[in-house]
Amino acid sequence: MNGVHDMGGMDGFGKVEAEPNEPMFHAKWEGRVLAMVRAMGAAGAFNIDTSRFYREALPPAVYLASSYYRKWLLGLEDLLVDKGYIAASEVAAGHAKEPAKPLKHGKFTTDDVERVMVRGKFGRKAPAPARFKPGDRVRAKNMHPATHTRLPRYTRGHVGVVERNLGCSVFPDTAAMEAGENPQWLYTVVFDGTELWGPDADPTVKISIDAFEPYLEPA
Amino acid sequence: MTEHDHHHHHDDHSELSETELRVRALETILTEKGYVDPAALDAIIQAYETKIGPHNGAQVVAKAWSDPAFKRSLLEDATKAVATLGHVSRVGDHLVAVENTPGRHNMVVCTLCSCYPWEMLGLPPVWYKAAPYRSRAVKDPRGVLADFGVSLPRETEIRVWDSTAETRFLVLPMRPEGTDGWDEQQLAELVTRDSMIGTGFPKTPGAPS
Repeated sequence: MNGVHDMGGMDGFGKVEAEPNEPMFHAKWEGRVLAMVRAMGAAGAFNIDTSRFYREALPPAVYLASSYYRKWLLGLEDLLVDKGYIAASEVAAGHAKEPAKPLKHGKFTTDDVERVMVRGKFGRKAPAPARFKPGDRVRAKNMHPATHTRLPRYTRGHVGVVERNLGCSVFPDTAAMEAGENPQWLYTVVFDGTELWGPDADPTVKISIDAFEPYLEPA
Repeated sequence: MTEHDHHHHHDDHSELSETELRVRALETILTEKGYVDPAALDAIIQAYETKIGPHNGAQVVAKAWSDPAFKRSLLEDATKAVATLGHVSRVGDHLVAVENTPGRHNMVVCTLCSCYPWEMLGLPPVWYKAAPYRSRAVKDPRGVLADFGVSLPRETEIRVWDSTAETRFLVLPMRPEGTDGWDEQQLAELVTRDSMIGTGFPKTPGAPS
């Protein structure tokens, strides 16, 4: 979706302000939110792409005004309500009132903690040979799905070069919408800064994205 | 209200923010419905606080600086190379290491959300997840580096890696001068988090930290 989360190339947000000796969490609740998202995901309530989509789908003004973990909280509430794990009336009441919906992997317990500390595997068996190879010139498609996608707007319509084939991987565009893993080839594609930002851009800058095959066409 | 009462109220969390109340409410619901054990949430937080952090990445970088064969395998397949180091082996898949050279500087961003190599660097700092960095890193990387007080020669190529899929990037910074004969532990202490994101350099031997 063409959401406000797709920030690459936007102006006006000001300087990057690094906080010296930043703590891991700025308040206890931030850790609780992180843990709830990880636990409910591992219990099978949603996949990582769906959780990203719910954060992107927050109203733009809310997205911009909310801290990082506040966005995680709001996205998690919306997702769990939409998928029927909790009811909006329960969120309002602060207590469970409805029967639970079974989780794919069951209740998340201390036995499951180690599992969430290891990164998931997203590589999948290839359904077809790769269409592109390193060195190929490709154009990022001019596509604007209203649903989840990982093709940033600032690359669309622009020509780059395939640098590396990263293998075949779960396709976020369908996984996020619970329409299947639909594995696709994934490539690192490199763009010249001047291709993306015009002839006045810094000629020493190159930008790469990891692009799934359906995002690309020969150029 | 006496001072004691005031403290007491804080201890009871009676002045919780709207966000805190909402977080508590959600946790109560998830617990009452039998979805999560709150002790498991405690354990997740504890694991993040103790098991991951930039010390993992620093060990990998120091090893690459010391051992040319390890460096070659790291650049070829970082997931496999890191898995050979027992103490930082649980990174899972899809790690790519990118090498800084005199001619090329690498910098990592996630313009769409906040993708970051947690297992190598810990949880990302706020600036990495915030709009100023995410918006400008791809369009004006030299300007962003200036915000960090980092300046590169005019002719140095800057390569920005936008983490748009599940690949996670670790920058392998250049080994500082004046470290001949240093062992891995000494070298690891020079490696900063930002030097592995590409928004900083390693510390210089002898410089105040």
